[in-house]
Amino acid sequence: MTDQTVLSYLDENLLPFFFCPGCGHGMITEQLNAALVKLQLDPHKVVIVTDIGCSGLADKYFTTNAFHGLHGRSVTYATGIKLANPELKVIVLMGDGGCGIGGHHLINAARRNIGVTVIVFNNFNYGMTGGEHSVTTPMGGLTSSTPFGQLEKTMDICQTVAVNSASFTARTTSFEKSLPDMLAAAIQNEGFSLVDIWELCTAYYVPNNRFNKSMLLSSLDQLGFKTGILQHTPRAEYTQAYRESVALQAGKPAMPAHPIQARYRSDLDKRMGMVIAGAAGKKINSAASLFCRAAVLSNLWVSQRNDYPVTVKSGHSVSEVILSPEQIGYTGITKPEVLLLLFKEGLPAVKSQLDMMDEQGIVYANSELLPIHTRARVVPLGFKKSDTWAAKKEYWVIIALARLLLDTNFFPLDAFKEAVSGRAEFADNNLRAIEFALRLSA
Amino acid sequence: MRELMTGAQAIVRGAIDAGCDFFAGYPITPATDILLYMLHELPKVSGTAIQAEDEIASMGFCIGAAMTGKRVLTATSGPGISLYSENIGLAIMGEVPMVIVDVQRMGPATGGATTVGQGDIQFLRWGTSGGYPVVVLSPTNAPDCYNLTCRAFDLAERFRIPVFLATDKEIALTLVTVEEDELIRFPVRKRQVVSQENEFIPYKTSPTNQVPLFSPFGGSHLLRFTTSTHDEYGQLTKNPAKVRLLNERLASKVEDSIDEISLVKSDLVDGADILIISYGVTSLAVAEAVQIARQAGKRVSCLAVQTLWPVPEKEIRAALHGVRKVIVPELNLGQYRLEVERLVRDGVEVLGVNRVDGELISPQEILHQGGLL
Ligand code: SF4
Repeated sequence: MTDQTVLSYLDENLLPFFFCPGCGHGMITEQLNAALVKLQLDPHKVVIVTDIGCSGLADKYFTTNAFHGLHGRSVTYATGIKLANPELKVIVLMGDGGCGIGGHHLINAARRNIGVTVIVFNNFNYGMTGGEHSVTTPMGGLTSSTPFGQLEKTMDICQTVAVNSASFTARTTSFEKSLPDMLAAAIQNEGFSLVDIWELCTAYYVPNNRFNKSMLLSSLDQLGFKTGILQHTPRAEYTQAYRESVALQAGKPAMPAHPIQARYRSDLDKRMGMVIAGAAGKKINSAASLFCRAAVLSNLWVSQRNDYPVTVKSGHSVSEVILSPEQIGYTGITKPEVLLLLFKEGLPAVKSQLDMMDEQGIVYANSELLPIHTRARVVPLGFKKSDTWAAKKEYWVIIALARLLLDTNFFPLDAFKEAVSGRAEFADNNLRAIEFALRLSA
Repeated sequence: MRELMTGAQAIVRGAIDAGCDFFAGYPITPATDILLYMLHELPKVSGTAIQAEDEIASMGFCIGAAMTGKRVLTATSGPGISLYSENIGLAIMGEVPMVIVDVQRMGPATGGATTVGQGDIQFLRWGTSGGYPVVVLSPTNAPDCYNLTCRAFDLAERFRIPVFLATDKEIALTLVTVEEDELIRFPVRKRQVVSQENEFIPYKTSPTNQVPLFSPFGGSHLLRFTTSTHDEYGQLTKNPAKVRLLNERLASKVEDSIDEISLVKSDLVDGADILIISYGVTSLAVAEAVQIARQAGKRVSCLAVQTLWPVPEKEIRAALHGVRKVIVPELNLGQYRLEVERLVRDGVEVLGVNRVDGELISPQEILHQGGLL
């Protein structure tokens, strides 16, 4: 509400409208003004967002905020404005053309129930570009791009958003006397509203089809399209629902730092590249990052890059880990010092690295996958036969990493134990896996 | 103190520390991590984050939000940038501050979703109609992701432009150790706003400031925003004098401030006859190659370009001084090499080291192909 009564939201200096004589756009614009006068909204709290086409010229007449965007995208700008500042009344003016190219946004705005009001200036063709057919051109309709008549069915804009749970839909014509009331009701609805207003394009659709007001009314009947307020089922508006759903998050620290205090020492004196070759779903990446954490706890620098196919739960999963006493730049590993080969899925992904490795390298390999072709020293790991518990494949990687630490002492096993205890739900089993590795190597 | 983080985490932390309070995005490998972190983290600072119905809507939401005064971020990969394209133009025309992260993957089209690439470099510069300049920053490692995200917000707010952060799968998703003091909290300037008492003309500029003062939707002034050629008032115009002024200013407000925008990391040695120019993830291999070459007695300089666009010509020319060979390693078929080639003197050899197979360029490849060993 404003302090003083607003008599008009139109800039009188810019009138009369620039639309063609008899065009419905001027009528709708005037009726929208009447609706705003009725509602007495603060012009600073109103944003009129227009689409492309002749209807896109309408925002310039309003003494409110205005946003003129790209074709079909008006609903997205309106959504962004509303999301960012829910106290604003956001009104979209678009043509039937915008409903075609931006139909996806209309559907999703309705589903989302974002509190914007969409007013469709529906005249069955594209006025601005020369009278081409649109999604609402009646079948048989003659337009510049349907010279032999429209073959495609008329889109029911109200039904389209209604089946996607729009909280307010209405259909009428630009000739309707009560249009300001209908528009005011739409604007007052908290959620997503759409008003489909049928009107005449006197430059194209009218002359091309010898169309007139009575034909417009009769085509509504022929199609069985009802008029009036068709749906009004208020439900939680999106920005309100969002604010409620995130309310408990406010004030929590965002992206807090997780500093890692080095508590252990490592004797590693040079950069060491290792590759863990496994299968998806076998905790390769998460175990590798625990291993990295343990290395940082031991005052080392690390990098971990993961390789996996687009399918997350099948195929290979490979982690490349570098440990170094110094800062690491390049994170690639051409010739690894150590390779853990745990599952057959990983084998093809590391074949070239196995080929590159020489006698200095070590491969810890699941004994079931032996023999393999490499010059590196191969240490077999027998998981299955030793212990029924160790048959749980998702702990093999922890067992193998613990075994590696026992053999090489890159950093203390205690650092790894500390790292794997970080997440309570896995801590016990991770520690059991490490104990198992100790027994295995004893 | 040290931490473990990915480039994606560093970007999100940088954005939050830069005051970002709005995010909209659409899932795409390898940029999805940023979307997910933002959905979790922004509500903690009373911000809003949303997964939109597609990339076009993501940009639309961000643009609308930016014009209410929010500091906005979006993140995608190359195929998403294709869909962002029309709204990138709108953001340039309407003078919308925003930061757009491109976590590059291998292209074209869906290309390789989980493989690294640097193939969007020219696309980011020229990927919208009209050909107006944009700013593209490219971090060389995870701490740089943090630092350049802060810088990107600062430049976006200062010049009211879309600023890109061009990173890649490798930097965004590789977990690395970061020393906390490598993260530099660069102060982000506030968008210059018009005071409540003064008259507000949405696109009016002055001879001393080519960037129009701002007043948000819902503020004390009425804002008129348009993507069409407009006058100072934001009203559509075809008046040639006004159209020229607008179009020239959209370019000159960026180009005249190039010194403020240019960022490079240079490691130059006196009397070097070889210079390696790189950006992003490739710079890591270059640094290692240079170290090896210098140990072998070669005089090699290197320059990591952090501001890819506008091209930091002054800094590149300075680094080229006395050089007879330039090596430009890139994970594409030689896109930034084109920019280097136009800056070298006659007789200077410009050599590309390129890979488009989803693998990184190794230091050894640079040394061998560059004739440094
Ligand atoms: S072309 Fe059609 S829609 Fe456009 S102003 Fe003229 S009559 Fe109206």
